[in-house]
Amino acid sequence: MTVTATRPDTPAPAAGKGSDRARGERRLGLYLAAPSFIVMVLVTAYPLGYAIVLSLFNYRLTDPAGRSFVGLNNYLVILTDPVWWNDFATTFAITVVTVAVELVLGFGFAFVMLRIVRGRGPVRTAILIPYGIITVVSAFIWRYAFAIDSGFVNQWLGLGDFNWFGDRWSAIFVICLSEIWKTTPFISLLLLAGLVQVPEEMQEAAKVDGATAWQRLWKITLPSMKAAIMVALLFRTLDAWRIFDNPFVMTGGANNTETISFLAYRQNVSLVNLGMGSAVSVLLFLTVVAIAWIFVKGFKTDLSQVRGD
Amino acid sequence: MSGPPTLTWYINPDNGGQATRAQQCADASGGAYTVDIQTLPSDATQQREQLVRRLAAKDSSIDVMSLDVIYTAEFANAGFLRPYTPAETARISEGKLPAPLKTGMWKDTLYAAPSKSNAQLLWFRKSLAKAAGVDPTSPTFTWDEMIKAALGQGKKISEQGARYEGYMVWINALVLSGGGQILTDAEAGKNARPSMASRAGDKAAEIVGSLARSSAAAPDLTVAQEEQARAVFQGDDGMFMLNWPYVLAAARSAVEEGTLDQSVVDDIGYARYPRVFADRPSAPPLGGSNLAIGAYSKYPEQAAALVECATSLEKVTQYMLDEGEPSVYAASYDDPRVREAYPNADLIRDSIAEGGPRPITPFYVDVAGSVINTWHPPESVNRDTPAEADAFMADVISGRRLL
Repeated sequence: MTVTATRPDTPAPAAGKGSDRARGERRLGLYLAAPSFIVMVLVTAYPLGYAIVLSLFNYRLTDPAGRSFVGLNNYLVILTDPVWWNDFATTFAITVVTVAVELVLGFGFAFVMLRIVRGRGPVRTAILIPYGIITVVSAFIWRYAFAIDSGFVNQWLGLGDFNWFGDRWSAIFVICLSEIWKTTPFISLLLLAGLVQVPEEMQEAAKVDGATAWQRLWKITLPSMKAAIMVALLFRTLDAWRIFDNPFVMTGGANNTETISFLAYRQNVSLVNLGMGSAVSVLLFLTVVAIAWIFVKGFKTDLSQVRGD
Repeated sequence: MSGPPTLTWYINPDNGGQATRAQQCADASGGAYTVDIQTLPSDATQQREQLVRRLAAKDSSIDVMSLDVIYTAEFANAGFLRPYTPAETARISEGKLPAPLKTGMWKDTLYAAPSKSNAQLLWFRKSLAKAAGVDPTSPTFTWDEMIKAALGQGKKISEQGARYEGYMVWINALVLSGGGQILTDAEAGKNARPSMASRAGDKAAEIVGSLARSSAAAPDLTVAQEEQARAVFQGDDGMFMLNWPYVLAAARSAVEEGTLDQSVVDDIGYARYPRVFADRPSAPPLGGSNLAIGAYSKYPEQAAALVECATSLEKVTQYMLDEGEPSVYAASYDDPRVREAYPNADLIRDSIAEGGPRPITPFYVDVAGSVINTWHPPESVNRDTPAEADAFMADVISGRRLL
């Protein structure tokens, strides 16, 4: 108290007025956020904390007597096990391929949805339909399309008895295809929101100055919607990183198509190996945090500054 | 709540046989209980997952459950099952074959009452066996002789070699028949000792590997389950097959549907599971499922009464006739109706009676997963495989490796 009072470079009246309002705003904000924050803590923090505790034990749900504290050993085992790195590679491949393709396709769709004049409603609906389909259902659709016995893809492409799900990379190809088909609409929707915010006057001015379409895209459109791109990329990358449904339905994890989420599921649910499974889950969580951190740092965008005003 | 309690029975899917018996037992109980049937997923792995999830959450709605023979130890060890009292055990055990009963025991206590059983048999084409000059029904018929005969005739041996439980059934039967065990001291749980690297395990590896690499293996061996094996056996190249008794009835209905020639069915012979070593009786693979009572059931006495009723001689025999699932009672196989439907009734009974169970351990899922991982694909199996399986299994059970 005395410290602030004796500080000469903080003129009390001027700062007081501004900070009163700011403080009031902040307090209101806290009050408004408090209920959801408390619910978040209850439903998220508790299980998360419990998972961290479990991950320090060698513990089978079906062998309660054999429970023993092993410290960080589960993490050591996982990080030195080929199974983890195999699943990591699979997840990484799926994430990179799907997000890259979706970003490009999503841009195309966003432009179409923005610029289209006639039939805007039907076109937008058609683009968004795949996103409305439940992932498990879409996974089955694609699985049956590529299946050896009932699928039509082999017949169309004249591939005969080619077993798409019998090899690692061909199976991952189909998984990526299904994922891209399903979630491109999501990314294009987020990009559309960014496109709408690009000031039309700036585009006009650039046009008058003789900028080509290509220049306008790189110098005006993309920089103006950097935050929207960042949000779209971040959301999709995190989604893709946690992919589960498609491999589960299509291959059941066979032929090295298991992803990290799948590994966590198998350890926790199938093997009821709660110690190891929780450690996998915590590692998955840490990778998610790392991805988010890399994106936020890499884009140098403060999401809290993205405001409408 | 007034009125009789409603027991919930989680069944594995069938053609209504269990529901019928539940109704009959409820009617006969004189109003002591009624039964609500809940159907589990079709494969044993998913059945287990659902039951484990529910029981771990202390679900009191599970009064009775149909449990595959391989999961008794895991569930009992976790405290998920209510053990049968000595009096109930005595009544449930009466007249039942010892091998299926053993699959319901954990640490000398009965936790699961056998309700149906199964045992793989050796199936062969009589004409081809005759041409090869071998007698598969001879008690000392061995795997080596069988492979030699198939190679000599340029025909196939159908087995289940896909990456699934059926492959574990095959490997386990070979190891047991050779006088070994996949896991020694299984009751020690985490401290059980993997013991595939033995004379029996080595011979098992030799049989699997050499068959898979030879021209006697079915072309789809690495993905073959029971039905694929049956298709090859019934085809032009089929000579031998290791499979469950349902295949005869299935072949007969294929004839009725017109998809199979009667001459093929007439040519099908059956014998006991072949030996691994000529001087040692084989251990036919044992299957089936048992009825267990949930540890959190509110009506354990009524549930026990339902189990006793549903696994009675008359009910189980009728189930065998209705659903084609072999009985756990020796007496069922003397029933004239069974003998008429099953010309091989005696063989099935003896195979079950001397059948070899898969390891009875709380870590069965890890054990089977480790074996299947290291032994698949079959053509990769060599003399090092049993030792690799042992090391991997020990690491997985003790938490040093991921499965």
